[in-house]
Amino acid sequence: MSRARADEEEYWHSSKFRAFTFDDEDDELSQLKESKRAVNSLRDIVDDDDDDLERVSWSGEPVGSISWSIKETASSSTSSLEGRDSGLQKGSSSYAAFPKQVSSYSLSSLFKGELCLSLSALSDTGVKNYAPELRRPKAEYKDYSSDWSPKDTVRRMQRGKVCSLERFRSLQDKLVLLDEAVAGHDGNVITAVLIFLKRTLRREILFRELEVRQVALCHLIHFLKEAGEQKLLLDLLRFLDRTEEVALSQYREHLNIQDVEKRREFLKGCIGLPFSAEDTSHIQDHYTLLERQIIIEANDRHLETAGQSEVFRKYPRKASILNMPLVTTLFYSCFYHYTEAEGTFSSPTNLKKTFKIPDKQYVLTALAARAKLRAWDDVDALFTTKNWLGYTKKKAPIGFHRVVEILQRNNAPVQVLQEYVRLVEDVETRLNLATKYKCHDVVIETYKDLKDRIQLTAYKCKVERGSAEEEKINSILNNMQIRWKN
Amino acid sequence: MAAHLSSGRVNLTALREAGRRELREFLDKCAGSKAIVWDEYLTGPFGLIAQYSLLKEHEVEKMFTLKPGRLPQADVKNIIFFVRPKLELMDIITDNVLREDRGRSPQRDFHILFVPRRSLLCEQWLKEQGVLGSFIHREQYSLDLIPFDGDLLSMESESAFKECYLESDQTSLYHAAKGLMTLQALYGTIPQIFGKGECARHVANMMIRMKREFPGSQNSIFPVFDTLLLLDRNVDLLTPLATQLTYEGLIDEIYGIQNTYVKLPPEKFAPKKQGEGGKDLPTEPKKLQLNSAEELYAEIRDKNFNAVGSVLSKKAKIISAAFEERHHAKTVGEIKQFVSQLPHMQAARSSLANHTSIAELIKDITTSEDFFDNLTVEQEFMSGIDTDKVNNYIEDCIAQKHPLIKILRLVCLQSVCNSGLKQKVLDHYKREILQTYGYEHILTLNNLEKAGLLKPQTSGRNNYPTIRKTLRLWMDDVNEQNPNDISYVYSGYAPLSVRLAQLLARPGWRSIEEVLKMLPGPHFEERQQLPTGLQKKRQHGENRVTLVFFLGGVTYAEIAALRFLSQMEDGGTEYVIATTKLINGTSWIKSLMEKLEPAPF
Repeated sequence: MSRARADEEEYWHSSKFRAFTFDDEDDELSQLKESKRAVNSLRDIVDDDDDDLERVSWSGEPVGSISWSIKETASSSTSSLEGRDSGLQKGSSSYAAFPKQVSSYSLSSLFKGELCLSLSALSDTGVKNYAPELRRPKAEYKDYSSDWSPKDTVRRMQRGKVCSLERFRSLQDKLVLLDEAVAGHDGNVITAVLIFLKRTLRREILFRELEVRQVALCHLIHFLKEAGEQKLLLDLLRFLDRTEEVALSQYREHLNIQDVEKRREFLKGCIGLPFSAEDTSHIQDHYTLLERQIIIEANDRHLETAGQSEVFRKYPRKASILNMPLVTTLFYSCFYHYTEAEGTFSSPTNLKKTFKIPDKQYVLTALAARAKLRAWDDVDALFTTKNWLGYTKKKAPIGFHRVVEILQRNNAPVQVLQEYVRLVEDVETRLNLATKYKCHDVVIETYKDLKDRIQLTAYKCKVERGSAEEEKINSILNNMQIRWKN
Repeated sequence: MAAHLSSGRVNLTALREAGRRELREFLDKCAGSKAIVWDEYLTGPFGLIAQYSLLKEHEVEKMFTLKPGRLPQADVKNIIFFVRPKLELMDIITDNVLREDRGRSPQRDFHILFVPRRSLLCEQWLKEQGVLGSFIHREQYSLDLIPFDGDLLSMESESAFKECYLESDQTSLYHAAKGLMTLQALYGTIPQIFGKGECARHVANMMIRMKREFPGSQNSIFPVFDTLLLLDRNVDLLTPLATQLTYEGLIDEIYGIQNTYVKLPPEKFAPKKQGEGGKDLPTEPKKLQLNSAEELYAEIRDKNFNAVGSVLSKKAKIISAAFEERHHAKTVGEIKQFVSQLPHMQAARSSLANHTSIAELIKDITTSEDFFDNLTVEQEFMSGIDTDKVNNYIEDCIAQKHPLIKILRLVCLQSVCNSGLKQKVLDHYKREILQTYGYEHILTLNNLEKAGLLKPQTSGRNNYPTIRKTLRLWMDDVNEQNPNDISYVYSGYAPLSVRLAQLLARPGWRSIEEVLKMLPGPHFEERQQLPTGLQKKRQHGENRVTLVFFLGGVTYAEIAALRFLSQMEDGGTEYVIATTKLINGTSWIKSLMEKLEPAPF
């Protein structure tokens, strides 16, 4: 975050924004602590075994709940259930509070004969239920063979009753049936009718008719995705001219390919697909990246087994680099291949160039990788620029406060840290960081520059007695040349 | 067990009872001993309807989770599969059935119970695998709306938003309409229907059609609900993206509440007695049920988290004082009275202990620097600051590889608060995300675009400031301790969806026609005729009851805001909330992400 902490404070105090903190932090926290203490102390005088609450196992599941019971009954499928009755008693006794006939409501009784939402309506036929077995000829359904209109057919299907669709032979009939199903909004029925149409209509006709029936179309697309009928799906999308969807849908397939070589080949084939301009470049990059990774992986596996490269010996790889994101790959390459010339596929600079990685991203990643290896010289070089006169200058596209954070996270020694803290431009931030990470020299010098005698004097107690830092503070305080502001 | 369901204005116990009865009827159809094989996703929702004891009374002796392979040995007459109608589950069932030992005796009978609806597609699938004939009963259990609390119903349909807005599959809307018909059968016809959004329109149409097609459904129950408000989630894409700041909302954001249960890290929940088993600290997560049956939770769940600490400490003092009473109890009568209060005090004590621990866990997070930074950015976006350029904090989070969902939430929030991002900004974010998290996420980004969460600004006009000002979505003077406006649930931002509900009740939507037109989908009003005898004559001062149905999900913070409106002294309206799924930004974005294989790490 580039906004300096000090600005931030200012911002919060002056602006209308509300920071989300407890108003009086210490007080609030101590209140919480206090209530916890109070609560805990009560435990001693309360006998917990008589808990009148619902009985719960340690995992919090009420004894007798369904998920608890699955574990219980499954874990001892041989022993009789009676043995555990004592444990279940709480559950059943609480149930006893609800006499079985306490209410005469039931979803089915409410609707019986009317709404026919009812489940039990299905068993009214007296025989066991048949699912609408779409392929069976009509003759097999003697009980149901009366000529239902499309509307009645749909209604019956909504109720879960058996209906033969084979009767609908003409295109006209089939389309009326479909429109009825769509008007009923029941996706289940719409899909069933679509499966019937898909089986009995020529593809071109089906596609053409669906094009003017968007709802049905969406259901078919969803169904084809679910059922994994990729080929028909792509044909349909192509017919509809939804080219971008075709491309994405095809690209999705690569996730199902485990073999990297095959996956790479597949991605290569994806490059020409009609993605949007922006996406095309991403797909191209995806392919190029995997291609690189395959080469790097083969090389490095070899290097690692040969055992001659020091970095691989000291830091064995935890996982293969295949299928990792670009930034992870860059980190890997900064870690294992930092010094390589730009010509090699595994060199960081080559990656940076090929994938047009922004400066900021590159510096962050390289810094993290080199810091992890404690290669402080590389870190130094990363921020050193030379101007045309040959003077060197330190510059960081990410801001030096970020550099410090990253170094600190990688346990950089104070001497290294100090160097970068000093480069933080904003005084307040610099002081904060220096104090936080005990970069005494920076603190002392900053107070000196600020001509702040009071703060400097106060800082004396933060440094060790008799140390060089203390001496330094003393000598500055005794320096008569400085015109202190306080 | 279900007392909390009857605590509200509408007694939802009746709905639960109807569900239980339905279940018993089905179980009794399969005579003899039974084992249930569960689609694991369903155990949570079913747990809200019935306990194991009910199943046991109907001869359910064993329960297993559905997984491929051979079914466990169990000497039962019936094997019943409780499943959602999903093709991948059908494959598992097929595997189970095919591996069943045909030679075993006695043979076991198979049945399927589809929840919430039988699927012709699934049955067709089973038929193609040649196992359909193995099932004696194939039925459906219409578990559409499950009562979660006295004022809360959910369909717990995880994919509803994705199906409605990405795949244009309206099946879940059909289920919603069916659920509403069931509600009307139990609680009377709802005379007034309002709605906003494409899906809302569909549901209203379906309800009206269902009523027309089954005129017998005209019931003679005095209507409990006065108004139904149907709201599309895509009318308000903003709210779920923001971090919820109520107590319950934060518990959900951080730990995820599933079917009223939450799993918490066990460390803060020490074993009950010190000195006993102190060494083996629990490693299993602590699981707690959260609903209004717990007095303390009902009081604090909807408060802004900043107001929770003081309530907890006040309660601690009261309880301490109550226990101190025992020293003053001198006579037998006094001691007896103290003892009689003990159970209640114990319950209060353990409830307080739990919530103090939870509050500590949450506080650790809300006081962290990153939580603060994240919230700062969210609040900037919501109040309209710097929404049109690349945000530094988001870039930093990407560079540090924060969880992808967090990044997507922020980027989508920025996009929504800017009526779409400038093409350059959008491209920049996309590139950074793909390079850092992997190119395959192009599929997820595409889904977000299709759902309207992430998009280029096409019209060249940013409508959000107008919407924000007219609906007063950003409130500068928010009072977290003693709120006077719903904006307290997000410490400044008033959820758009709830503002619409509030304005509908008073002064009516006519006052905001212009803004309604800027939001997607039609807005409408329908009336359902009631027989003269059932028309309500309102008592003076009696509140209206409105059912707000969120199609595509609702957050706990929105629920809190509606409860706040219910409790307002001069509010005049009480709300009951229904939804397809209880969501938060994370679970919501997750439902839109392309399922990718786990990384090899």
